[in-house]
Amino acid sequence: MKLIGIVLAGGNNNKMQNLTAKRAVAAMPIGGAYRAIDFVLSSMSNSHIQRVAVLTQYNSRSLNEHLSSSKWWDFGRKQGGLFVFTPTITAENSFWYRGTADSIAQNLDFLRKCHEPYVAIASGDGIYKLDYNKVLEYHVSSGADITIVGKRVDKGIDVSRFGTLEVDEENRITDFVEKPTKCAKCSHLISTGIYIIRRRLLIELIEQAASEERFDFVSDILIRYKDERKMYCYEMEGYWTSISSADAYFNANMDFLDPEVRDYFFNKYPDIHSKVDDLPPAKYNPGANVKNALLASGCIINGTVENSVLFKKVYVGNNTTIRNCIILNDSYIGDNVYLENCIVESRGTIASGASYMGEPGHAKVVVEKSERYRI
Amino acid sequence: MIKKEMIAMLLAGGQGSRLGFLTSTVAKPAVGFGAKYRIIDFALSNCINSGIDTVGVLTQYQPLRLNTHIGIGIPWDLDKNIGGVSILPPYEGSTNAQWYSGTANAIYQNLRYMERYNPDYVLILGGDHIYKMDYEAMLDFHKARNADVTISCIPVPMEEASRFGVVITDDEGRISEFEEKPANPRSNLASMGIYIFNWKVLHDALIELKNQPGCDFGKHVIPYCHNNGMGIYAYEFTGYWKDVGTLHSYWEANMELIDLVPVFNLYEEFWRIYTSADVIRPQYIGKNAYIERCIIGEGAEIYGVAKNSVIGPGVIIKEGAEVYDSIIMKDSIVGNNSRVYKGILAENSRLGSNCAMGIGEERENEKWPHIYNNGLTVLAEDSVVPDNVMIGKNTAISGITEASDYENNTLQSGKCLIKVGDQD
Repeated sequence: MKLIGIVLAGGNNNKMQNLTAKRAVAAMPIGGAYRAIDFVLSSMSNSHIQRVAVLTQYNSRSLNEHLSSSKWWDFGRKQGGLFVFTPTITAENSFWYRGTADSIAQNLDFLRKCHEPYVAIASGDGIYKLDYNKVLEYHVSSGADITIVGKRVDKGIDVSRFGTLEVDEENRITDFVEKPTKCAKCSHLISTGIYIIRRRLLIELIEQAASEERFDFVSDILIRYKDERKMYCYEMEGYWTSISSADAYFNANMDFLDPEVRDYFFNKYPDIHSKVDDLPPAKYNPGANVKNALLASGCIINGTVENSVLFKKVYVGNNTTIRNCIILNDSYIGDNVYLENCIVESRGTIASGASYMGEPGHAKVVVEKSERYRI
Repeated sequence: MIKKEMIAMLLAGGQGSRLGFLTSTVAKPAVGFGAKYRIIDFALSNCINSGIDTVGVLTQYQPLRLNTHIGIGIPWDLDKNIGGVSILPPYEGSTNAQWYSGTANAIYQNLRYMERYNPDYVLILGGDHIYKMDYEAMLDFHKARNADVTISCIPVPMEEASRFGVVITDDEGRISEFEEKPANPRSNLASMGIYIFNWKVLHDALIELKNQPGCDFGKHVIPYCHNNGMGIYAYEFTGYWKDVGTLHSYWEANMELIDLVPVFNLYEEFWRIYTSADVIRPQYIGKNAYIERCIIGEGAEIYGVAKNSVIGPGVIIKEGAEVYDSIIMKDSIVGNNSRVYKGILAENSRLGSNCAMGIGEERENEKWPHIYNNGLTVLAEDSVVPDNVMIGKNTAISGITEASDYENNTLQSGKCLIKVGDQD
């Protein structure tokens, strides 16, 4: 019990199109049966972190609903627990969270009251498995003030939506560029938004930033002190992605159709945990023709589904075809519908005979709220 | 002070020997059902859906799986500060120790558990039926009739009534006579083995009958109450109710779930059935798979063909394999290019590659024709069948088998191959 966790799940992202119109990015459904925040919470729980604070502000209702019980991740112990902190108006403060550092500053009492010596800070939109204790070991043995978990990505990947890291031969960070614009010589070692820092140092840095009215953790603490403080990079192995745009979201879900990715998350130790919804088994009726697809419980299939991910409780009507789509939970797709390269928003109803097509590599977000049952 | 209006006592100690190898290592209530459930889930879910939050589960035969499944009752919201679910195994007293010798004896040995909750009524349930029932409606009936005992009964077809214990009632539902498996039934109301007792009536009857060997509700307690002039009423239940006591009825009840609109519908929002979900990952359907008329649990991977089947969580049906009219339970594997017809693969069993199960002529099982019949083929829990084995109809295989266990790589129809478990 050397670590506490802070999950930054506050943000919206305008690149998510209207997918975040009703939920925070951290609550986005992933991999057929999970939500994005399950990956960080499971990794923390599996690393025996017992005390975790989730800082949330934007559209937090569906996130709060998902976190309504902490038992799914095995938090909720007498020693520790899962704490959800939304902004509150107090005698000293009447602001929303004005940035990531401010969100921690407004909850400094939580940090002050803990006794664990180290803090793991992570964003709620990363898809990965990580043993935080290994990062902590590295943090202690390298003598770092702050350890940033980095991930080396392929040269072909556009890194302009990430923070990029330059390191020396000892993995000490020499430069940190947030969302680089001129990317000809960009580093392809990117920051995953996961940091480990001594609790007392974090309190000190946050207090300093707050007193100067600085609110962003990356620019006002990491980048500002990158030369003064010893920052080291721990390189993460295995799968990692973050859902920072609608396309990235589509691709992250499609990755789960890859047998290696599936094996990594579903079959290899440790498991990812999520809220249990008590839905019946998926049902395949006559007319069902499903190939290369992930389906969650509660689905009822009467049509064709190919190269797609269907979340919980999706109904697919007769003679309907779904190709290369992500269908979010509780969607009702009527008869004779054609969907290709789409993300269908949850709880929607697609009327019989409708047709939606996105472009390959650029999925169309479909929000249709037709009447579900005609009487 | 602790006070619960009605508590439930759930009898889950029986073996269910007519399910053959399905219950060789687990009690019948813990046998998998309907892809992701276990048989006891229906009674437990009925309890919490009926507002009963105190349930004693009486276990005796092979309780490990049942204990693990129930845990502290989280899936059914039965993890309560006061009440909730309690597992009640037989125990040793200061002067004597005895197994549960009958259904009523088991309840008698747990009088102190019931006293603790100071109940007005006690509901006695079995853990081996598939149904959705509102016990609160039954309690309302019980109160309205001012009954001492209420027995839940279901109308069965008159021609089948002679297989059941039937009750003969007056217009008010008061039972005047009982007939056990009558040759010429005078009623078609069969007892479902579900009773509501006034607490004092139950308490006094159990103490009065405490020296009765093998004390049983149907054979001793109900006749005792009847002979003492108590008001015993029949509550008529008209919903779906399935006794899965035999292998064939168990198979049939599973198959009914895959109908287009099943009579017993698990997809209704109302009256949800809860279970312990240790597998939550989605299922994957492969590029060459074909699935029709199936229900499939979480985390299954289907690369072959599955038709008219009930497939549990974590099952793998490999490339080229074909599964028809079968029940494949949790974590079992069907090997490449193997075919399964009317097979029941119990949990964590392995069928090798290029095998066939349930083929050949129809021949009666040599040892247990009353268990393995109707062309069903059973692979017991944790059993293994090597590659290239042909398995006939009405057969059973138990244990880790090797090629040398089979004559010409074949198990003829009607045979059993038993390496683990009871040989007789």
